[in-house]
This record gives sequence, structure tokens and C-alpha cells, in this order.
Amino acid sequence: MTDSKYFTTTKKGEIFELKAELNSDKKEKKKEAVKKVIASMTVGKDVSALFPDVVNCMQTDNLELKKLVYLYLMNYAKSQPDMAIMAVNTFVKDCEDPNPLIRALAVRTMGCIRVDKITEYLCEPLRKCLKDEDPYVRKTAAVCVAKLHDINAQLVEDQGFLDTLKDLISDSNPMVVANAVAALSEIAESHPNSNLLDLNPQTINKLLTALNECTEWGQIFILDCLANYTPRDDRESQSICERVTPRLSHANSAVVLSAVKVLMKFMEMLPKDLDYYGTLLKKLAPPLVTLLSAEPELQYVALRNINLIVQKRPEILKHEMKVFFVKYNDPIYVKLEKLDIMIRLASQANIAQVLAELKEYATEVDVDFVRKAVRAIGRCAIKVEQSAERCVSTLLDLIQTKVNYVVQEAIVVIKDIFRKYPNKYESVIATLCENLDSLDEPEARAAMIWIVGEYAERIDNADELLESFLEGFHDESTQVQLQLLTAIVKLFLKKPTETQELVQQVLSLATQDSDNPDLRDRGYIYWRLLSTDPVAAKEVVLAEKPLISEETDLIEPTLLEELICHIGTLASVYHKPPSAFVEGSRGVQHRRLPPRAGSVESAESPDVGQSGPSEAPPAVIPSQGDLLGDLLNLDLAPPTATVPSVQPSMQMGAMDLLGGGLDSLMGDESDTLGGDIGGSPSMGAGLGAAPTAMPAALGGAPPVGGGLGDLFDLGGGVGMPTGFYVVPKTLWLPAMKAKGLEISGTFARRGGIIQMDMSLTNKAMSVMTDFAIQFNRNSFGLAPAGPLQVLTPLSPNQTIDVSLPLSTSGPVMKMEPLNNLQVAVKNNIDVFYFSCQFPLSLLFVEDGKMERQVFLATWKDIPNDNEAQFQIKDIHLNSDAASNKLQGSNIFTIAKRTVEGQDMLYQSIKLTNSIWVLAEMRVQTGNPNYTLSIKCRAPEVCQFVYQCYEMVLKN
Amino acid sequence: MIGGLFIYNHKGEVLISRVYRDDIGRNAVDAFRVNVIHARQQVRSPVTNIARTSFFHVKRSNIWLAAVTKQNVNAAMVFEFLYKMCDVMTAYFGKISEENIKNNFVLIYELLDEILDFGYPQNSETGALKTFITQQGIKGQTKEEQSQITSQVTGQIGWRREGIKYRRNELFLDVLESVNLLMSPQGQVLSAHVSGRVVMKSYLSGMPECKFGMNDKIVIDKQGKGGTTDDAGKSSGKQSIAIDDCTFHQCVRLSKFDSERSISFIPPDGEYELMRYRTTKDIILPFRVIPLVREVGRTKLEVKVVIKSNFKPSLLAQKIEVRIPTPLNTSGVQVICMKGKAKYKASENAIVWKIKRMAGMKESQISAEIELLPTNDKKKWARPPISMNFEVPFAPSGLKVRYLKVFESKLNYSDHDVIKWVRYIGRSGIYETRC
Repeated sequence: MTDSKYFTTTKKGEIFELKAELNSDKKEKKKEAVKKVIASMTVGKDVSALFPDVVNCMQTDNLELKKLVYLYLMNYAKSQPDMAIMAVNTFVKDCEDPNPLIRALAVRTMGCIRVDKITEYLCEPLRKCLKDEDPYVRKTAAVCVAKLHDINAQLVEDQGFLDTLKDLISDSNPMVVANAVAALSEIAESHPNSNLLDLNPQTINKLLTALNECTEWGQIFILDCLANYTPRDDRESQSICERVTPRLSHANSAVVLSAVKVLMKFMEMLPKDLDYYGTLLKKLAPPLVTLLSAEPELQYVALRNINLIVQKRPEILKHEMKVFFVKYNDPIYVKLEKLDIMIRLASQANIAQVLAELKEYATEVDVDFVRKAVRAIGRCAIKVEQSAERCVSTLLDLIQTKVNYVVQEAIVVIKDIFRKYPNKYESVIATLCENLDSLDEPEARAAMIWIVGEYAERIDNADELLESFLEGFHDESTQVQLQLLTAIVKLFLKKPTETQELVQQVLSLATQDSDNPDLRDRGYIYWRLLSTDPVAAKEVVLAEKPLISEETDLIEPTLLEELICHIGTLASVYHKPPSAFVEGSRGVQHRRLPPRAGSVESAESPDVGQSGPSEAPPAVIPSQGDLLGDLLNLDLAPPTATVPSVQPSMQMGAMDLLGGGLDSLMGDESDTLGGDIGGSPSMGAGLGAAPTAMPAALGGAPPVGGGLGDLFDLGGGVGMPTGFYVVPKTLWLPAMKAKGLEISGTFARRGGIIQMDMSLTNKAMSVMTDFAIQFNRNSFGLAPAGPLQVLTPLSPNQTIDVSLPLSTSGPVMKMEPLNNLQVAVKNNIDVFYFSCQFPLSLLFVEDGKMERQVFLATWKDIPNDNEAQFQIKDIHLNSDAASNKLQGSNIFTIAKRTVEGQDMLYQSIKLTNSIWVLAEMRVQTGNPNYTLSIKCRAPEVCQFVYQCYEMVLKN
Repeated sequence: MIGGLFIYNHKGEVLISRVYRDDIGRNAVDAFRVNVIHARQQVRSPVTNIARTSFFHVKRSNIWLAAVTKQNVNAAMVFEFLYKMCDVMTAYFGKISEENIKNNFVLIYELLDEILDFGYPQNSETGALKTFITQQGIKGQTKEEQSQITSQVTGQIGWRREGIKYRRNELFLDVLESVNLLMSPQGQVLSAHVSGRVVMKSYLSGMPECKFGMNDKIVIDKQGKGGTTDDAGKSSGKQSIAIDDCTFHQCVRLSKFDSERSISFIPPDGEYELMRYRTTKDIILPFRVIPLVREVGRTKLEVKVVIKSNFKPSLLAQKIEVRIPTPLNTSGVQVICMKGKAKYKASENAIVWKIKRMAGMKESQISAEIELLPTNDKKKWARPPISMNFEVPFAPSGLKVRYLKVFESKLNYSDHDVIKWVRYIGRSGIYETRC
């Protein structure tokens, strides 16, 4: 006789029959009937009508029957709250039962019944069970507190269960400790700010002790809880790590991953030069590799996590490439993840092996996998320069297979290779062009069109190729349309004579026949550009593009940090923060890695240095050069703003515009830059035509001309301040002294903001990452106003220009000389120190113009001892020009007097720390030497103010 | 934590449904059926998110087990739990099949109630569970028995109960290794590793304290330094092996292994897996496969495969099977082999060559002519690797058990009284040669 027969009763009147059986006197029959009820419940039938009859069976000494009734109760109590009350008595009685198994069962079940009335009765039994002599009952009661909290949080707090739960952390039984920790962690999650899990070294010690003794699941709860703790210092961090590492040999993968999480997090606090740090790194690799011999589902979880770990600390697994080789029988989800990690680990050392593997994969069956493998080859080429040639030839081989999707993927990646290594592999273009017809995916078509446009001068029939695409312009996806527009404009700029018709065709298609605002706007921009200033158009459209960086799909650093704190959990599988998929308040808390080990010595402004890696803003802000490149070549996501779709009526102007543009373009080919732009009459006509057509086209929108102007201002003047004189960059930190990092820089004041402009050059062999900066105390309290933003790793021989905004709210200490600034820069290799001197004019504020009266009074007020006189020699400026120049640096002329052919300029300056400096400058016509008298309450600044004068006037 | 657990048959009908958390509704059961079990395409991930609810699933034969949650749970733990759940069910009623699950659904509910509380996994050692979850009921327990159960379930040694008695104290150690290989057509080893398991069957009385020793390089080297010079001279060198990594059953004291690298434990009763390990250095590859594939025109393929056994001539390998994949458009195959039997299996797209036994340092060969139907499919045949299966009576990693000492101070039997059996079995894991 088996239980399966209960699943088969489907006859009518079933409920009625069951009712009769449930009320039968025979125990066996009752039990049979309850089993049938549970079976019906499982398959989704509604058996709630039997509620009173089933509850009647509850009072029994048969544990099996009792459990079945409880199961029923848990399912239906909510729908029959009034009747559920009937069960309360039995529960309360069972909680007093001499058998601990029954006591635990009662308290466990009662917590699952979500009926307010029952919950009230639960409190007393629960209180007793939390203090029960039997550990089995206590561990069940601990979880019950979490259940109760889920139903009625207030009640739990009022009844003081939280304190009892905290006490259980010190319980003698490890499993009770583990369950208490689990319950507390869950409750704490819904009270992000409460200090519920008050982790301190004592409790941590208790947890670590319990860790050695409890079940595998308990170990997971404890490790996950430990991961939320922030050790006080590196010592504590190390000692916890030491006690957690043995867990790496546990058979349960979840224990291993949770231990990895704790170690990855606490490692952050260990100084990198510590021996233990290296030991720990070495210990992490083998268990991670072992995870790959687990069942496929776990392998998947492990691989998703390894993907994160490899991004955070590539050194751990850099020698383990082989274990990520794909096996023929791996499930597809394992294959795809392995492939991803292989690319991340690819380096010059192992590239040959990786490429051989990837080539093998490109012949597999699964389309997604093959595509990814092809893409991977391209990424290898971009990542490891030495391999680029081999990669390209591999890709060409693959194109020869003529397998449609392989060809398309290959073309997409070849485009990227072109962008990384311009003028190197263009010889393959011919082969690519052969496959033009087989491309049916937008991405591949767009890539191919880009290639044709970019290398139009090398492709004889580029116009024909592009024209062939133009025929079905309206059926193409936006991506392709945009790319086609740009490509044809490029072609036109390169071969203006033959392609005039083509470009007009595409411009009119884009601007008149399209509903897509992106496409239309881009069309207009080109049109305007071509008509107003073809030379500029050439400079813009054919501008040299920034090289693409090697790692394109890295997880953004803040997210990565957060995900590292969630190793092993769903967040790490989805690669999304918990808030993205968890409802309600749970998981909203953002986890952070502990601040990096305090390696910068001057700890005066700790917030600045430590915020370095973790607080880098999420958005990658392209430098202005990039912005233009993007605008023209990459497809930006459609902006949300919509443009009123007024049909433009530009037809009449089109011919003229282009005519003019063409003339000057042709004429300009040999001219030097800045020759007669705008001077030619045809240009004038072009310009004149523009404003008349524009209002009609764009309604209330600002005139495009102006917009374009802005655009170019943006692009043109990165380093040009409004008037502040910027000293050319000087070498601050030679590469010799900083293990290959070279820094040169200067200071500038732009629009009231002080900036430190630096060029970081990597002259070492390895990539540099994790930059941060910190200043020592200085005379004027200069301090970084934000983290040092080096967003991409600095590869060998690369130079990155960064501009660090500074504030003057840092700690103050008088330096010698006064304008000395001591700086510490950190990267993944070490910390380096240097000092530099800033011009005092950096601190001259914009509102430094003093009232005349005040000036007179102050001048008199400052004792004459404080006056200093200087000579500024060899200035060939008249007093007005000098005054203008000085004003650019916030040195304001308040009054000018002319006495006996001598101009007397009275000037005021205000420093950021509100010190006023007054000056009198005497300029004698015909004499290149000025006399400068400076008066200030703090006479030590005079010398430096004089230097500023000299610097500004002489440059 | 886990919000609910469902078991389905291959058609997607629910066999078991246990909900632990209020945020999981009945519709979750249907969501998984519709989106995963009934989905047209192949499973692309073992974790699926449907309407902010996450489903973790594993499949055993044609039974689906799915855990559901709405929280950010520990994903590794959920899968470990699902595997454990399968182990427990297998230990109770054998194979996981629709019939067995239906026959034991009451038991399964009882187990689920015990091993998962509010979605938190609790003690799931079958040894402990079997003491109080039975289908006979537990009426006749005395108070002592009851508290013994609870202390075992929650105790430090949750995997073993007190008071076990055997007339004959006996233990069996099996060193089971699977050797994995990926070789290039030119015979270059692309990757090779051994994943091994030490499985122990213990029939020992009382609470015996055991100590296990093997020829672990780190231990041997340490002892060599320690002073027993004559011993070190003998055992170092190729006698010892480098273990990349190992994991242990929860009975092993990990902190002791971490500090002294000694493996000490109180074993569970009966069969269990003491440890798993992985090695990659100095692996003895029992067989070498040398493929030769030649395409003769568009409609014919000539395949020649030589296998060489590479171990002591006195040892015999068994259950040898070589699987040579054939293209999908194969129309006919002629095979000639020197030893064993070979057959073309059209349904598996492969030639399967079986040899019952083969001694060490021998060589055998198969040649086949494959006729192909002409196709206009542009895509080249992917040429899956040639795979091999076998069993050999030694450990390809070179691992040797040095000792397993048993101490039980309370009962009067000593280490010498225990009968110990040790056996080594090496099997093929994924043993592939590309062609």
C-alpha cells in the first residue's frame, strides 16, 4: 500500500466523503482522510471547507497525523481566521509537552500561522521556548522570533524578544547561535539603522567559535553575518581572516563562497605589503577552482562570482586560465560564463592558448556561444596588442567559413579592432566588402557601413556600396540609418566631387522623411556644418577619434564594490544590486567595502584619501574630445526630449548651401588653416541663408547656429581659462621616483573653481589602477574637493589628463615656502610623495574689488612697516592693458591717477581666507619697469603676490 | 531566505508544494511551470527571475525541484540545499521518480518541515534525521532517547549518534578518482586534472576518533624536515603528490587541517564521503588516443584511431569505451577493429568501440570509413572530440593511503582490532581528444 493512491481520487462528492472519513472514529481512517486532504491541497484543489473537521483531528498523540494537520493549518488558517482560533489551545498545550520534539513542532508551526489572534497567544509559549532547556527547542524558537517579526514587528520589540535573541548569541549550543544569528540578521535588514546586530569584538569572537562547531548551514549564516562587520583595524581584520580561512576546505560550496566573501572584504583593510596579504591571495585560488568541479548549477553561481572576483583582484586567478576552458558537455550557461572569464584573464602570457581555444569554440553548435566566442577573439585583439595580428587572421579565417552569424560577429569586432589600431589592418577591408550582401543584422550592417565610411578613400567603389544601402533607407533600423548618414558625409568630405548627389540624398532622407528626432537632428547638424563651414565640418567629422579602451564591459566600480559584499548571493548571480530585484525595504541598504588600508601617511583629511576608489562617481564622463567623437560615430541612446516635428521647408536652400560649401571646401584643400574661412562670398551666402530657414524648421528652439557655436567652443578650448594665466605644466614627480608613474601638472582657477591639472603617464610595464590623492596640511587649506578621477586603468605608455577640483576648506598649517603643497598619490603599486608650489593668484577671489573709501581707509590703517616694494622689469604694456590683464587674475584696479606722466594704479586683491592685499602700481610711460608697492596685514604674502604680478604681466 | 519549495513532474504538474514565506503565492507555482518547464527553448540559466521572484532549479531524471524566493538569498546555499534535499530523499526512498515522490509525499512534507524552517536550512544529515523521522511514528521513545535525538540534531556531532555497537569493527576506504583530459589532435595536453574522492564505509563502535594520512607532499616534506631522515629519504620524491586543493566532510576538524594539515575526525556511521581533492601535477594518463581523420572528397571520411595503454603491464583496465563522433549526414559506416567490438550508432551520431579488458603497455587500433550524404549546408562539421571511458585499478593521481588510525578510549578495542580495507579505482571523467 502506498501513498500515491491519494492523488487519484477525483470523483464527485469528494469533499463530502472526506468529511465523513475525517469524523470517523477509527484512527487509521482519520489519518487516511487527512492524507487525502493534503494531497488535494498539493495539487491546488480548495479543501478549505474541511477546516473544522481537520482541526478536530489535531488532538492526537500520533505525531505523524499531528504534523499533517499542522501542515493543513499553515495553509488555510489565514482564510479561516476565526476557526483557526480553535487550534490555539492545542498549540499552547503542546508547547508544554514533555517531548522536546513536540514542543519545538508546536512553536515552529504557530509561527507560520499568520492570524493576529493566534499571534497574541504565541508570545508566552515563545518566551518559554526561548529559554527551554533543550537546544532543539531553543534553536526553533530563535527562528520563530524572525517569523513573528515578519507578522508583527512592533509586537516583537514590545515583548523584548530581540534582547532574548541577542542573548542566544552566547548560547552554549552552536546551532542555537547560528539560528539566532540568522534571525537577527534578517530582522536587522528591515531596520537598516538600528544597532540590532551590535557586532563588537566579543560577539565576533563568539561567532568565530561557533563557526567551528555548527552545521554547514549554520556556518553559512555566521559567515554571511560576519561579512557585515567592519573590523576596527588591520590587526583585527587579519585575525578574523586567519580564523575564517579553514572554511575554504569545506565540502559545501556555499560555505566556501561565504568565506571568500568575508576574506575579499576584510582583505581590503590589510596593507598590501603585509606578508599575510600575499599568503591570503594565494590561498584563495585553489578553492575557487575547486568550485568548478561541483554540479553545473553551482558552477554557474561560482562562475558568476569569479567574474566579479577577477575584476576586483585579477591577481588571484591569473595563472588559472586553463580551468576555464570550456568542456564539450558543459551546459550552455556554464560555457558562456567561462568564456567571459577567459577573456578577462587573457594576457600576453597565455594569449596563444586562449586564441586556440576560442577558434575551437567558434565551430561549436550553439549560436549564442559561437557569437560570443567570435566576439571574444576581437576582445583579445584589443586587449593584448601582441596578439592583434593573429586575432585578425583568425577572424578572417572565420569569415571564410561563410557561416552567416559568424561573419556578422566578425565584422562587428573588426570594426573595434580598426578603432584600436588605426592604419594597421586596413588591408582586410577588401575581404570584408565581399560579404556585404550576407549581412542582415543591424549591428553588423552598421559596423560595415562605418568601415566603408571611415576608409572611403581606400575603397574605390565606396560610393556604390553606400548607395546600395541607401535604397532601403527607411527599412533600416535607426542604428544603421545613423551610421549611413555619417558614413556618407565622411565620404563626401573625402571625395567631394563625385558624391554630392549622394550626400544630398541622404541629408534629405534623414531630415525630411524621418520621424526619428535623433536622425533628423544629426542630419541638420551635418547640413548646417557643411553649409556654414566645410573646413570645420571636415575637422569635426573626420576628427581623429579617441582610441577605444581595452575593457569594454567592466562592471562600474561602485557596483562592483557592492557586489563583492554580496558574494554568493543572488545579487552576485544577477550582477545587480539587491534593490534592483528585491521588493520593499529589504536589501535597500547599500553595502560597501571597508575603506582601503590607510596607506597614505598624512591622515589629516582621511575622508578624502579613503573615498578614492569607492566613491568614484558612477557615470563615466567622457572628456570633451570623446564627446564629439561619440556624437559623430557612436549611437547615443535616444534622448527623451522630443523635437516638435515640423516638416522643414529647406528644399530651396539646399542647393545653394551645398554649392557654397563645396566651393570653399574644394578651394580650401591646399590653403593653410584660418585662411579665408567665411571671407568668400559663397560662404556669406550660405550663412545668410541659414537663419531664414531655421525658424521655420525648429520653431522655438534656439537658433542652431548658436548651438553649434557652443558645441565648438566646448570642443575647442579644454585648457583655455577665461582670463586666468595658467603656467605650463611642469614635472612634479619623475617616473624614476615613482615606479614608473610620472606626474606633471599645473594649477588653474576657472570660474571661481580652483583646479589642479595633472598629466599622469605610465612609464612602467604594467597597468596602473586605483588612483587616489591626498594633500598634506598647507598654508591655505587646499584640499581635493573630490576623488581623483582616473576612470580607466592607465596602461603602459598611456597618458591621462585629469583635472582635480580643489577646495580651501582643508586643515591649515603654515608651510615653508608659503605656497608649498605636499601631495601623496596612490595607485595599485604604491604611494608616492612629491611637493609642488602653486601661484598665489590661485587664491585670488572674484569679489576682490574693494570700495574706494574702504581702500583708502585700509591703506592708511595698515602700518607702513608692512609695505613692500618691488620692481617689475621689462613690461611693455601701457597701464590700461596691464590693468586688464591683471583683472583676468582677479587683481582689481580700483582707481587710476595720472601724476606727472606716471600712471598710479590702485589695486586690491582678496585671498580665499579673506586676507586683503592692497597694491599701488606705478607705470611710467616709456619706462618698461614698473614699481609695485604692496601692503597687507600679513606681510609674508607680499613676496608671492609680487611673483604673481610678474608672472601675469610677463605672459 | 527560501520562500517556498516545489517539486514537479516532467509535465509540470506539482507533486510537492511547500510555502515558507508569505510573499510567495500560489501563482509562483504556475509561473515556473509556464516560463521554465513549458518554455520552448533550452534552459539558459539555472536561476530565473520572473516578476521579481527568483527560481532556482535542479533536475533529477525528469523531476524538477524548484526553490523560490523574493529576497537576496545566498544562491550557493540554495543549490547546496537542493542537492542535499535530493540526497536525503534518495537515502529515504531510493531513486527520485514521480512514483516514489507520490508514494512518499507525507514523508517528504515531514522532512521539509524539519530541514527547512522559515526557509533556513537546518540539520539535514540523514543519519540524524532517520532517528526521528520515520514512517513508523516515534511513540515508544523514552525521555532519554528523546533528548538524545535533540542533542544529536543540534549537537556538535550531528552526524553520529551515541551508543553504536558492532561485533566486528571494520572499515572500508575507497579512493575513487576521475581523471579528466583534454588533448589536442597533436597529442598536446591542453588540460588535465584528477578529481578524487575518498569514500569511507565505517562500521565502528562508540565514538571513535580517527586520523587519516596520505602521501600529501606538504606533510611528507614537513616530516622530512622534522628529523626522521631515513623515512624522508624513502618517501619524498615521486612517492608524494601535490594536492591542489581539497574539501572535507563536515566531520573533519578544518582548523586542525589548516594549522597542522592533519585530517582528524569522528566519522559518521555507514557510508559517507570523507574528502574530495584535486590534483593537476604528474598525473598518470592511463590511455593515449591518437586520432587520424581524413576527408576524402565531399562524401567520404576516413578515420583511424589508435589507443595506447600507459600503466604497469600487470594491471588490467576494464570497461573501455571509445566514442568517435560522426557527422550528421553520415549514410553508412564500415569499421574494422583489432580488439573488442565496434558499432556505428546512428541515433547517437557516433561509432562506439568497446573493449572489455586491456592490460598495460598495449596498443589497439580501429579504422572506419564513413560515407556521407552530399549536403549544401555551408557550415562545416563541428568535429566534436573523441571521448573515452575506462576503469583502472589504481589512482591516476598517485595518491596513496598511508594510514587510518582509530582510537576509541572508552570501549576496549584498539587500532589493531579494526579490520581495514583499502581500494583504488580510477575512472575516466571527461577524457577527450580533439580530432
